[in-house]
Amino acid sequence: MKARFYISLLSLILGSWAMSAVRNVCRDCDYDNLAQAVQHASSGDTIVVAAGSYISNGLEVIKPLVLLGKPGAILDGDNQNYVLRILSDSVVVSGFSIINSGKSYTKDYAAVYVHGTSGVQILDNKIDNSFFGILVEKSKGAVIKGNTVSGTAKQENQAGNGVHLWHCDHMQIGDNEVFGMRDGIYLEFVNHSDVINNYAHNNVRYGLHFMFSNHDAYVDNTFESNGAGVAVMFSKWIRMEHNHFIDNWGTASYGLLLKEIYDGEVLNNLFQQNTLGIYVDGSTRVNYIGNTLRQNGWAIKVSGGCYANAFTANNFIGNSFDISYNSKMNDNTFNGNFWSDYSGYDLDKDGNGDVPYRPVKLFSYIVNRTPETIVLLRSLFVDLINFSEKVSPAFTPDELVDHSPAMKKFQ
Amino acid sequence: MITVSNIKKSFGKLQVLDDISFEVNKGGIVAILGPNGSGKTTFLKILLGMVIADGGKILYKEKDISKSHEYRKHIGYLPQIARFPDNLKVREVIDMIADVRNEPSNPDDLIKLFGLEPFLDKNLGNLSGGTRQKVNIVLTFMFDTPVIVLDEPTAGLDPVSLIKLKDLINKAKATGKIILITSHIMSLVEELAEEVIFLLEGSIYFKGTIGELKTRTGSEDLEHAIAAILES
Amino acid sequence: MIKIFKYSFSDLMRSRWSFIYLGFYLLLGFVLLFLNNDLSKGIITLMNVIVVLTPMIGTIFGVMYFYNSREFTELLLAQPVKRSVIFLGQFLGISISLTLSLIIGLGIPFLVYGLFRSGEIFNFLLLLIAGGFLTFIFVALSVCIALFNSNKIKGFGYAILMWLFFAVIYDGLVLLSMMVFADYPLDDFALLVSFLNPIDLSRIMILLKLDISALLGYTGALFQRFFGTSLGFVMSWLMLLIWTSVPVLLMVRIANKKNF
Repeated sequence: MKARFYISLLSLILGSWAMSAVRNVCRDCDYDNLAQAVQHASSGDTIVVAAGSYISNGLEVIKPLVLLGKPGAILDGDNQNYVLRILSDSVVVSGFSIINSGKSYTKDYAAVYVHGTSGVQILDNKIDNSFFGILVEKSKGAVIKGNTVSGTAKQENQAGNGVHLWHCDHMQIGDNEVFGMRDGIYLEFVNHSDVINNYAHNNVRYGLHFMFSNHDAYVDNTFESNGAGVAVMFSKWIRMEHNHFIDNWGTASYGLLLKEIYDGEVLNNLFQQNTLGIYVDGSTRVNYIGNTLRQNGWAIKVSGGCYANAFTANNFIGNSFDISYNSKMNDNTFNGNFWSDYSGYDLDKDGNGDVPYRPVKLFSYIVNRTPETIVLLRSLFVDLINFSEKVSPAFTPDELVDHSPAMKKFQ
Repeated sequence: MITVSNIKKSFGKLQVLDDISFEVNKGGIVAILGPNGSGKTTFLKILLGMVIADGGKILYKEKDISKSHEYRKHIGYLPQIARFPDNLKVREVIDMIADVRNEPSNPDDLIKLFGLEPFLDKNLGNLSGGTRQKVNIVLTFMFDTPVIVLDEPTAGLDPVSLIKLKDLINKAKATGKIILITSHIMSLVEELAEEVIFLLEGSIYFKGTIGELKTRTGSEDLEHAIAAILES
Repeated sequence: MIKIFKYSFSDLMRSRWSFIYLGFYLLLGFVLLFLNNDLSKGIITLMNVIVVLTPMIGTIFGVMYFYNSREFTELLLAQPVKRSVIFLGQFLGISISLTLSLIIGLGIPFLVYGLFRSGEIFNFLLLLIAGGFLTFIFVALSVCIALFNSNKIKGFGYAILMWLFFAVIYDGLVLLSMMVFADYPLDDFALLVSFLNPIDLSRIMILLKLDISALLGYTGALFQRFFGTSLGFVMSWLMLLIWTSVPVLLMVRIANKKNF
């Protein structure tokens, strides 16, 4: 994947050499600043920027140009404005260190701003100390790859998002690292796009945030120590596969939030040490298969209207609560999962326990109703009432049962 | 030396001691007598600070005994029932009491006197009542105390040991010690004691010499004198 | 006092119950660590055991020892020793020998499994200290009960009831009242009730240290904010100290008035 990408990049650069000019920017070159070079360049030209710091105050790129930063090339926004504004199709921005965009409560200043384009590529840049990192609006088919976006935000209003997409289509976001921003990656009205192999950590709000976006996939990403891992809201047909949701730990934190989601797939993800592994707040026809939920406070918390969701072949290992429900109604199925708390037996040796498992404990039901009772966590009394509820269920949903709990955990 | 004034004690509704007052100033043996439940043991326990009086006070050498525990250094006490921690050995309990009191003691002669050597390494729980009483006696007499309190000292003793005990008491008396003793064996009391305090229903019914008691009741011996009091 | 302590301590150390207790903790420690081979998880499981078991053992031992050592006590009472010294000495004898069993019994398995090489040593120490406090508290409470009741059977019954109250019934009442008054703000109430029960207090202190705090949601944040500050820290240890000293003082008071 990566190799192919570099080859295509190389051919692109070689191609532009063949047809068009290369313009160098450095202290002693024809151009000693990027703005000048951009102004004089014609479509298809390549501008190579040598090491050094260049002030770039809202520089607009309105021709398809290739901007290449040599190692040490710094574009400094001087805390004024956007650093780069890309308003043309097929622009490539690669290898720069882009710093110090303006910060504002009224304008969404960004290190790289892209608007109304198609086929733009933002590659291997290092973006630091900016309000938004990469802000793309109303664009199609852009590739955002290998960038690092970092900030030092401590509160939500101090920073924008690392990678922010709005009204986009067919986007590829891969191999980026985002930390210290508000949301690591934010997608709103973004369809048919892939988010692959990114690492979002220590962001104030979410590692990845979907709003009103459909037919997207995020795969092989790691979300670690964010305010919360991933929030997927009001979206349909989202595929979530092979991601790691790790250590999203805090009073109101969770690994994955699904709010008003239809027809999603949650496959083979790892949820480890999150306060809440998966928080499902209204979702329908979502399949959860092959996930491992390990050492979370709550592995899965279900609230709001959730219908026809299926949980199959997942591992629930060492969570304080496996499943939490706020109602007695259940329209979801739990079948063939591995539960580390399961204490049944398998006499017919078919790999599934002969005694059904009830993943909702009475205490989790009580805590749902009266959150303050959580102070009794791990007390003897709670163990006793959980035990009695297990023996004769009275409060927890009757039909919420895994009838064929797996005896061995899935590898 | 010992001044008892207005001691009162009740257990629940039962008034065990009601306004007991007397004084013991010189050395000698004072027997405290009375029928069962007349408060003899209770009184001795108050004297030792094991039972707290409801009212009144006891002065030892002009000092209120409820103020300090120091006076107990001067008292050797032989309790009515010899009770010890079962898993301690005889030698250990003797050493322990010597250690706790932290005063010079001389148990060896007494151990020899009562023939306790073979029992020294035995657990107290395994001893007979009589042997335990002998240990009890050793513990009481091994310190040189000016006051000795004996609550039914003869319980469970064989005649030989009884004679030895009487010798011990007489020797102690000869050195001018104050000895308070309760007993149901009147012959023993008559033999040892000069003075008698007779408790009846929580009060001192009589206090004086044995001779006076006999004269007053017109009896020939102490046993009949007591019986005469109780029947009247 | 040292002398009395010495005698009851050596007496207890020779009794087979101390060994059974020690053996139990050794076994528990090794089995726990063998089963999950992970110190931090072992410590979490251990917490459940310690906050329930040390009070129970303390209660049973306190009552049992007090009744069994009545003779020893009476022997000492006639000696020139202060009453409070006799009882404090015996109290320390029981509490310290039980605490030692706890520390040695759990210490050895955790040392074998590399306690010093892990970051869990402070949590482990916290656990042991809490266990020690609970032992002292419940020994003192049960001795008080024994002092009040000359009848062994009654005393034993009340002592077990007392343990049951703090370990189970109290939490049941708390849960019930929280559910009944769910419409009212309960955070301060939760904080208060956990302070009034030494078992709950130790449990929450350990829970917060083991970083399960985030589980506790908003209430937990309140707790974390309280226990996380130096004031809360001092307050909670102070509370455990009060929980220890009040029964001890009560014990001395009752003992000073009691007739033997």
